[in-house]
Amino acid sequence: MEYWLPLIFVSLMGLALLLYIILDGYDLGIGILLPLASDEEKDRMIEAIGPFWDANETWIVLGIGILLIAFPSAHGMILTHLYIPVTLMLFGLILRGVAFDFRVKVAAEYKSMWNKLFFVGSLLASMSQGWMLGAYVMGLETSMTSVAFSVAIALSLPAFYVVLGCGWLFIKSEGELYNKAARWARAAILPMGVGLFLISIATPIASSEIAAKWFTLPAAIGLMPIPLMTAVAFFTALWVLSRPQILQAGYGWIVFVCMVLMCLMMALGLAYSIFPDIVIGKMNIWESAASTASLQFALIGTALAVPMILFYTIFIYRIFYGKSQPLSYE
Amino acid sequence: MELDPFILSRIQFAANISFHILFPSISIGLCWLLVYFRVRYTFSGRDDRLDWEYAYFFWVKVFALTFALGVVSGITMSFQFGTNWPGFMERAGNIAGPLLGYEVLTAFFLEASFLGIMLYGKNLVSNRTHLISAFLVAIGTTLSAFWIISLNSWMHTPAGFTIENGVFMVDDWWEIVFNPSFKYRFIHVVLASLLTASFFVAGISALRARKNVDGPATWKVIRTGVFFAAVLAPLQIFVGDMHGLVALENQPAKIAAVEGIWETEKGAPLTLFGFPDEEARTTHFAIEVPKMASIILTHHADGEIKGLNEFEDAHPPVAPLFWSFRVMVGVGFLMLAIAWWGSYALLKDRVGPWLLRALSGMTFAGWVATLAGWYVTEIGRQPWVVQGYIRASEVVADHAGGMVLSTLIGYLALYAFLLVFYIFSLHYLSSKPARSLRATIDFAANKNAATGAA
Repeated sequence: MEYWLPLIFVSLMGLALLLYIILDGYDLGIGILLPLASDEEKDRMIEAIGPFWDANETWIVLGIGILLIAFPSAHGMILTHLYIPVTLMLFGLILRGVAFDFRVKVAAEYKSMWNKLFFVGSLLASMSQGWMLGAYVMGLETSMTSVAFSVAIALSLPAFYVVLGCGWLFIKSEGELYNKAARWARAAILPMGVGLFLISIATPIASSEIAAKWFTLPAAIGLMPIPLMTAVAFFTALWVLSRPQILQAGYGWIVFVCMVLMCLMMALGLAYSIFPDIVIGKMNIWESAASTASLQFALIGTALAVPMILFYTIFIYRIFYGKSQPLSYE
Repeated sequence: MELDPFILSRIQFAANISFHILFPSISIGLCWLLVYFRVRYTFSGRDDRLDWEYAYFFWVKVFALTFALGVVSGITMSFQFGTNWPGFMERAGNIAGPLLGYEVLTAFFLEASFLGIMLYGKNLVSNRTHLISAFLVAIGTTLSAFWIISLNSWMHTPAGFTIENGVFMVDDWWEIVFNPSFKYRFIHVVLASLLTASFFVAGISALRARKNVDGPATWKVIRTGVFFAAVLAPLQIFVGDMHGLVALENQPAKIAAVEGIWETEKGAPLTLFGFPDEEARTTHFAIEVPKMASIILTHHADGEIKGLNEFEDAHPPVAPLFWSFRVMVGVGFLMLAIAWWGSYALLKDRVGPWLLRALSGMTFAGWVATLAGWYVTEIGRQPWVVQGYIRASEVVADHAGGMVLSTLIGYLALYAFLLVFYIFSLHYLSSKPARSLRATIDFAANKNAATGAA
């Protein structure tokens, strides 16, 4: 049990954070795109995420919650170190979250201000998350390399969210907005690809620990599917976006699936790079784990609750399935 | 001036938690009121049906806004433990972690997921599914309170643990979750939220009634709020008293500070009013009722009450507790008086403009009482984080003062801005008929109007 429980919880934490990046990623991406749309399209874009965003955001609370439950000392070390980006992310998430409601519940003259704050909040949260990810991968060091790496991810992650958000818009929108989403995705996908590619090469250069894990035989061969699948997903998305007739036939959702696949592959790659550490080079999952009695108690609740959460999440996505409707309290 | 990161972290935490509690204290109660509106809608005859529908339309919008503010400020809380108080989780994480985890797993996902249906799904699902969704959101908000109050109560009255190398280890989960002060605190908090929400809906509806918005639907909400409050206020005073007795048993220093009792004495007087002075260790201009504190707290005229002298360097600051307690009790009795006056007037059908003004004036009375109550409870635990075991000063993060000051200023500015807009938009919404608010998004209403669709 002492061996397995931290493993189970670190996997659950990874799953929660992966789901967060995909699910709130499309919300944040759409938030970043908001200023490019006309007023009517802004409403449509918010409608596409309105019923989902709150539950989507809860996955980061679960991810951080598991870090806290299962690895309390790592929780303290990571969050203390990331004090500034965490605070900025919270400011961003606060602004974005309340803007959903304020933009339609204040007098008309303030609506555009809340639309802007929606954008600012989404961008701020995305960039802070990129910064946090960069600092985390660099083992929470304060060096120039670490800063440069964090800046690179802080710029690339929003681009990824934007393409993901466009993918979501392909699923939920029609007409002019659908076409605009295609334009936005075409503009964002190349910078995103270049950014992610550079980060992927830079990671083993910047971190000898990670390099050692990837470039030894036979591991290197077994790992090949990860970069290969990532590349296939990326070029498929690129290909679909460059073929207007495919988009017009309603296959835009392929872009969303490709982005999810890319995200999944990168998460697997990252997990492999870090494991079994929880803070790279400083602390592994067993050293930082909470007591077995606490983990057992938490596991019971998790085993009961997570299937239920997945079940009703699917139920709700089915209710709001299809092209989005004007959001109405009726 | 030297910036003390410990004091700044404390102020930041106090600011975060004070801002956060404003919204759950409305939304937990308001959600149950919305379920009530839906139930009335479902079982009403044709005439009343539309009124309950309008009541729901209007208040679900206010709920959505309040809920969103609660969610975003709550997320801040979960990160603050790690960013500013890492020592707390390192030492008490085995206990605090799973309790917070259960809150996320059983409550957060439930409320956040079904909120979508509750707000936007009425046309997509049957009335029954919609009603169940509203009910599940209400259950979610209440479960959330259950877990967080369990943890909070454990910090006041820790139980069910052993300590190994300074780290808390679990001995018995049942004793931890249902620790000695839990049930009183939980009931007290849920009642507080229901009361806060009752005065909140009655207050804003009184404003709507004076502006003649939504006719009978508005009056139905006023009656709901006032009648609920009339029943809940005395109940709350009763539960609050029991809660105080539990505190006397487990945290005598808190009660000594609340009552301003400097030296242990038998037959202690009840200080109604005065100015506690910690340096001179006396209460100036005290107005006292002889032996009353002993009678209330021990049910004996000569019962002994421990004074602050028994807790040399481990008692909370006296003045904030003394004052907060009197504010809470004062507002509580004011709520009781106005709720009973309102009920009497409504039953006799003699509602005058003064009653409506009084109700509007009491819109945020619940906030005042709730904040004052939490200050009594939380400041009353100082200097401890976990009563008798961990001091706040032992677990604070080692940050530079300037950095904490800058985030503190950021939070305060953001919270002030949001609070202003919250009240501002409530005022804006209060003059809108529910019918005009049917669609969340303006263009949708315009489009419907243009095409003639309902």
